[in-house]
Amino acid sequence: MSSAYYISSSCVISDRVIYRNGLPVFSGEESPLPDLLISAYRHFGYQYLKFFKMDNLGKLGWLAAEILLSGGFDKNRYRPEEVGLVLSNAHASLDTDTRYYETVKDIPSPALFVYTLPNIVIGEISIRHGFKGENAFFVSESFDAGFIEHYVTRLVNNDILQACICGWVDVLGDRYKAALFLVEKEKRENSVTFTAKNLNNLYALQNG
Amino acid sequence: MTAVYIHADNIVSPLGFTADENFRQLVRSVSGIKQRPGGTISPEPFQASLFDDIPQAGEQYTRFENLLIASIGDALRESRVSPADPRTALILSTTKGNISLLETEPFSSSLADRVSLHTSARLVAEHFGFVNKPVIVSNACISGILALLTGMRLIQSGQYDHAVVAGADVITRFVLSGFQSFQAVSSSVCKPFDAARDGINLGEGAATIILTSDKQYASGIRLGGGATSNDANHISGPSRTGEELNLGIGRSLREAGLSAGEIDFISAHGTATLYNDEMEAKAINLAGLQTVPVNSLKGYYGHTLGAAGLIESVITLRSMKENTIIPTLGFSTMGVTQPVNVCSSLLQQDIRHSLKTASGFGGCNAAMVFSKE
Repeated sequence: MSSAYYISSSCVISDRVIYRNGLPVFSGEESPLPDLLISAYRHFGYQYLKFFKMDNLGKLGWLAAEILLSGGFDKNRYRPEEVGLVLSNAHASLDTDTRYYETVKDIPSPALFVYTLPNIVIGEISIRHGFKGENAFFVSESFDAGFIEHYVTRLVNNDILQACICGWVDVLGDRYKAALFLVEKEKRENSVTFTAKNLNNLYALQNG
Repeated sequence: MTAVYIHADNIVSPLGFTADENFRQLVRSVSGIKQRPGGTISPEPFQASLFDDIPQAGEQYTRFENLLIASIGDALRESRVSPADPRTALILSTTKGNISLLETEPFSSSLADRVSLHTSARLVAEHFGFVNKPVIVSNACISGILALLTGMRLIQSGQYDHAVVAGADVITRFVLSGFQSFQAVSSSVCKPFDAARDGINLGEGAATIILTSDKQYASGIRLGGGATSNDANHISGPSRTGEELNLGIGRSLREAGLSAGEIDFISAHGTATLYNDEMEAKAINLAGLQTVPVNSLKGYYGHTLGAAGLIESVITLRSMKENTIIPTLGFSTMGVTQPVNVCSSLLQQDIRHSLKTASGFGGCNAAMVFSKE
């Protein structure tokens, strides 16, 4: 399917480095993921107390969305229901599932149980920015750029969405990766065409 | 836009292993919910709709995978759609899949792989010889409707001609303890929309709907339109206004080319929690659907999580074919602040267009319109 839409910005978090539009904007010393995420949060000076209640998947996705939307994105261009999220990963909420199940032996934790669903990260990002449009969470063994391109294009083509945050947010133990993309209809400075090839290149941090 | 038709369907639940058996049980007001003794799933006795036995497809499959295989197998048996056709998609819906393996085995990378939904999806796809990589939807309690919507969209975009859409969840200690920790589980059979409602029951089950764009395979009902939305309000509590579910309902109706006055029946989510049912009643009012007969099937099946949207859609399809609306088991006294027409006895009436709704954790909502040809 040919696409006439654009990736306005991207944010990749991988191996202790945060990239915005392919360029590193933060490099962490801390190796455990929770420490890295908190130091990045402080580095960017964010003020959002709910961040500290989130699980690792929530923090990773929230942070990636915050950086993705910093500089350039004006949510006032859109009505709340015109912006949606289509995210995916390999391990669903398994990172938090194991933590939650540890508590079941003692006193089951409702605060952890609510995070035992992968789409909670979509909820966190939607709450932060007031996005009320289509949302979907898909699970695949690896990042499936072709599927994301196809699904999101269908939503934008039919004016179901005017803007979409899509991509990958995955955490399991010390392995993690986030790659979020902002897709819009209008071409903006630094935007690239919304194609599976460009998604894959940005995901893998390759030029072009 | 390409029309997407219902071709075949199935429900595997404690009430029966085919859609017909299930519908007949509901017509007779039979519920799958029973008191269960304390044990491995819960230290205390609890009410739930659980299988005593499930069909076994092979030793390599888990309980969750066996359920999916039983449901897809039955739907395919009455179908002319072939899994081997490169134009056939497989779409699976679940919230927790094989999570019970965490309860019995120490965590390791090989266990993580076995628990992963893509492993189950691959095994199920291989069992039937699907040639396309399965699509897996895991979006809390709207997963089933979202899977159906995804199937419709993939067909409409021209990528596939047919989609086998199946969902399942099993109830284990992991899931029950979580809902209990939220004080969300009723100690009796749940009472959707009722003044005395005090929470959900959980249930196990699987369902399958086969979609097609091939009119020759059409069974008389098509997907008119569907949508999802997000409350952007709270991760574990529904919207206080119902505005966002109403957004989804409105977009579904527009896509189906219908006005509110043309909807004959609503199959609600109706979990029997205080907040869900109240939110749904508000959304139904905002949508102008307050006089339309509405039911919840949670009193028969409990909340079957990733299977719920599909099980309730299959029953909706049977209701449309038989022009028979199933009563809301457990409902007697109106318990929501907005007027809704909760169906409490078996109702015979012509149903041309139906609406199915669902909402879940993460603030997600979904709606789907079914229309007779």
